[in-house]
Amino acid sequence: MTGRAFPEDRPKEPGPVIEASRLRKIFGDLVAVDDISFAVKPGECFGILGPNGAGKTTTIRMIYGYSPMTGGMLQVFGLDIRRHPRTIKARIGVCQQENTLDPDLTAQQNLEVFARYFDISEAQAQRRANELLRFMALEHRKDAKSAELSGGMIRRLVLARALVNQPELLILDEPTTGLDPQARHQVWERLEDLRARGLSILLTTHYMDEASRLCDRLMIMDQGRILVEGAPAELIRQNVGLDIIEVASPDEALRQFIRERDLPSEDLGHRLIIYLEDRNDLYHEIRARYCGEGCTLRMATMEDVFLKLTGRELRE
Amino acid sequence: MTGGRSWDITGRFIRVWQRNFRAYSESWKIGFIPPILEPLFYLLAFGVGLAALVGNIHYRGTDISYMVFIAPALLAINIMNNAFYENTYSSYVRMYYYKTFDAMMATPLSLEEIITGEIIWGATKSLIATAIMQAVISLFGLIHYPEGLLILPLAFVGGLAFGALGMFFTGIVKSIDLFNLPIFLLVTPMFLFGGTFFPLETLPHWAQQVAFALPLTHLVNLTRAFSTGILDGSVATGLVYLAVFSLIFFPLALRKMRRRLIR
Repeated sequence: MTGRAFPEDRPKEPGPVIEASRLRKIFGDLVAVDDISFAVKPGECFGILGPNGAGKTTTIRMIYGYSPMTGGMLQVFGLDIRRHPRTIKARIGVCQQENTLDPDLTAQQNLEVFARYFDISEAQAQRRANELLRFMALEHRKDAKSAELSGGMIRRLVLARALVNQPELLILDEPTTGLDPQARHQVWERLEDLRARGLSILLTTHYMDEASRLCDRLMIMDQGRILVEGAPAELIRQNVGLDIIEVASPDEALRQFIRERDLPSEDLGHRLIIYLEDRNDLYHEIRARYCGEGCTLRMATMEDVFLKLTGRELRE
Repeated sequence: MTGGRSWDITGRFIRVWQRNFRAYSESWKIGFIPPILEPLFYLLAFGVGLAALVGNIHYRGTDISYMVFIAPALLAINIMNNAFYENTYSSYVRMYYYKTFDAMMATPLSLEEIITGEIIWGATKSLIATAIMQAVISLFGLIHYPEGLLILPLAFVGGLAFGALGMFFTGIVKSIDLFNLPIFLLVTPMFLFGGTFFPLETLPHWAQQVAFALPLTHLVNLTRAFSTGILDGSVATGLVYLAVFSLIFFPLALRKMRRRLIR
């Protein structure tokens, strides 16, 4: 991999890469994004989490100039998206949720033709395509049409295509949805590599492990609003504590015990979740006295935060 | 023209054209077959089979053979079909199934440039197919030169008109099957009654007036004037008609596509 393929030696923007203030998007009667404000700093990986319909995709579509915003302020690289959409779009790379590779073209042609949309010269486009095919371990499939590629290869090719203009900001809409574990890890490694080179990344996901692993900071959205924002570890500590006890088929005695101690918990009927600040004494006590069907002590994760904040009912 | 909003078009639309050209050159061998075979089929069926029954046709004060009469009509139909099908079915597939426009809209390309590039590509396909078909027809000595060379730029101009019309339908159809409607109600009647296989004058007066309102009639007039070398005032009428038609449907197509795609 050659160094010039990535923008690490460009001067850093002094201000935030993305700054949204009271950003709104309305479709007819539906308020898809409802007055949200957030900022993404240069060089950080920022995640947007939320259930289906939370407004994640709508938010990032406004950022990459695909959907016009209804109200508020949105700046990318310090430029107003409404006044400078082309300048901004020339400096970002986008991986859309759906596969938008060109099925008429081979992997290599996909990269070359896409580079030309950015007015990159033909010679440079060829060079970039070769570099990126190598970086994404796709060299051996450069002459394959996208229909002949596996899901993981398609995603890597989409990622390669998003890097063809040497973007300063990479925007990913659910980058690993539908991939098998091997392919997901491969995509994550590439993204970590890119982040290490100083690329700013904005991603949406509903995989909590993905968010915890990749994101420096993240926000959880639901129904167009931001519920919480912060570093993953901090969000976990603030919202659910350090550890969790899950009790299968809890009995009335345990519920009584929890009420008496006033422990933060969630009762799902067949399952009881107890949020702990610190594990030692309490787990042993509960385990000794109330664990008929078995109980588990585990570390709290982003998933606990997510479910606690957005609820457990299905979003369809 | 668009209620206060201005179109965002720069020369970058050529990148969209280049994308289509590149995809086309991948499969050009297949693309070349219809314009070579189609005129042969038609000339054989109509020219050889039917011509014996029809004899000569009286056209603009002279008698011309039936083959000479229908050869320019085949070219005009070819111009119409290439651009119209390209900017309906093919553009729809790229827009809806391939999501090519979605990918393009994440680059500095504007929606207007994408649509402009598509329409100009449709016209280019009309030009390519016409050049091939015209070469085949010329082998039969059915086209008068040098006037016949004017058919090539005309193919591009006519392609723009029919491409813009096709793109307008792409902007409004709910699904790809619904292209059947404009094809059945517009393209097929034009194909049959646009002065193509028999002179317009044989139709009742009202039908002539309907035909005169439709673009293929004018395109056939023009290709026939150029292929026979008999130029008269109808050439100017036809060119003005095509220009006005394009100037109406091009912005209309842009507006409908914007309404369809910008969400």
